[in-house]
Amino acid sequence: MKIQQLSLFLENRPGHLSAICRALADAKVNIVTLSLADTQQFGIVRLIVQEWERARDVLQQAGFVVHVREVVAATVPDRPGGLADILACVEKAGVNVEYMYAFTFQCDGKAVLVFRFDDADKAIVALQAAGQQVLGGSALFR
Amino acid sequence: MPTFEFWNDADSPVHPASAPDYLPRPQLRELQLHRLQVTVARAYERVPLFQQRLIARGVRPPQIRTLEDIALLPFSVKSDLRETYPFGLFASPMSDIVRLHASSGTTGKPIVVAYTAHDLDVWTSVIVRSLAAAGVRRGDILQNCYGYGLFTGGLGLHAGAEAMGATVIPISGGNTDRQIMVMKDFGVTVVCSTPSYFLHLVDEARQQGVDLHALKLRIGVFGAEPWTEGMRQRIQGLADIRAQDIYGLSEIIGPGVACECQCQSGPHIFEDHFYPEIIDPDTGQVLPDGATGELVLTTLSKEAMPMIRYRTRDISRLVATPCACGRTIRRLERITARSDDMLIIRGVNVYPSQIETALLSVEGVLPHYQIVLTREADLDQIEVQVEVTSANFSDEVKSLEALQKRIAGAIERITNIHARVRLVEPNTLKRSEGKAKRIVDQRKMG
Repeated sequence: MKIQQLSLFLENRPGHLSAICRALADAKVNIVTLSLADTQQFGIVRLIVQEWERARDVLQQAGFVVHVREVVAATVPDRPGGLADILACVEKAGVNVEYMYAFTFQCDGKAVLVFRFDDADKAIVALQAAGQQVLGGSALFR
Repeated sequence: MPTFEFWNDADSPVHPASAPDYLPRPQLRELQLHRLQVTVARAYERVPLFQQRLIARGVRPPQIRTLEDIALLPFSVKSDLRETYPFGLFASPMSDIVRLHASSGTTGKPIVVAYTAHDLDVWTSVIVRSLAAAGVRRGDILQNCYGYGLFTGGLGLHAGAEAMGATVIPISGGNTDRQIMVMKDFGVTVVCSTPSYFLHLVDEARQQGVDLHALKLRIGVFGAEPWTEGMRQRIQGLADIRAQDIYGLSEIIGPGVACECQCQSGPHIFEDHFYPEIIDPDTGQVLPDGATGELVLTTLSKEAMPMIRYRTRDISRLVATPCACGRTIRRLERITARSDDMLIIRGVNVYPSQIETALLSVEGVLPHYQIVLTREADLDQIEVQVEVTSANFSDEVKSLEALQKRIAGAIERITNIHARVRLVEPNTLKRSEGKAKRIVDQRKMG
């Protein structure tokens, strides 16, 4: 149920993000979702793509430092308290959220969030036990 | 060109060409004095600038009766070569000169240096002695990444490596992909390059999935730029090699003025051809063995372009205590600083090598760095740009900020100045195929 996410180091300079997108476009890799964590000086780009191995190779060849991280995608009921319920069940399991961001599409009327947990396996077990929906690659890369 | 036919034993501890490395000191000093007297007389007769300076001081060549009398002679400096460009310091007619080399000349005119056939033989012999000291043997496959051409590094090292019986690959600098292919496919055992270029090769090899530990590499002969002991340890960890320091400068002969033996305790200076002194850079006073100061070199056998008391701008000290290898020639303390490179930041003296040492003390940081100096509101600012590598990248902001803090803390501990640390993308700092450019000083422009 875990998904491979690509993380890239990026300097805060004009044109640097587009260089990543261009390299993937030239290799005909579609970006399913992207999140950017930025500070004054640098940023970290997090990407989810279907062919993550090929995308990693393409980006490394283009000179980027690329790390692969395992993340979890879960659907969140589109109502007040939807996210609070999810967070409550991972907290109870003693799992920490390192970062999270939203997907750009919805799944059956529910929002999809991407979580980076310090213990992904434990989080998945806790979420599924609580009846939350965890999405695998097949559901994301339609 | 001298050849060494008798020497074909890989186990022989001493190469025959290395014999002068082991001369008893009194004999060495006698040889040095004789050669100094010949060199001074020759320069006086043939080089007008030297003659004028001697006359102005009221000194004549016969006054050189002991080695200590060298202090009577005037210093020469780099600008002497520029001001007499191109051939003004030559002591041989062009008919006797068989080779010219020139520096790249980053500021103004380049400097030109000349060699007679005998000078080339001497150069070859000191390179043989350098490589022999570093542990290179007949049968080694040597990849020479120093630039061939006007730069002295490539051709100088080449001739000596061939003469000692190594198999030389004259690949020159650049074309990193081909360098790595050759290193792997040809079973290269010895690499000669600048230390920063070797690090670049290490990076590239890793990206191509080539494990340097699995190659046959065993020795690296690194020079042409100052590097630190920390850098040596790092390089020796990245590949299974002994990283040996070779020292030289074109004005004196090129590479081969000094080279480390396998004890790695500072380069042995080939004193029978290059007479070393350490001086106080401010007063010009000669300092005793063991004292730190500016290295001054006098060529003792150069015909085409004798250099007398040439101020190298390199900071070092002479180590006269016996070396475990048995060589009697003195050692230089590893040269990590050039007086030209000293930065004065808010009144504090800082050498780039201190920054390098600080960076290397932080886990996972490769010494690809550049120091950028600016002036903001009349205050010097120093920014150290460090490349993010696969080893130190984290996809969490807090970890990268912690890395910046660790680097800044290490720099502050070693230099007492606070530097801004900027993480930059890999391979964005300019790589040297010759000498690394470590400092960008933008203060003069503002």
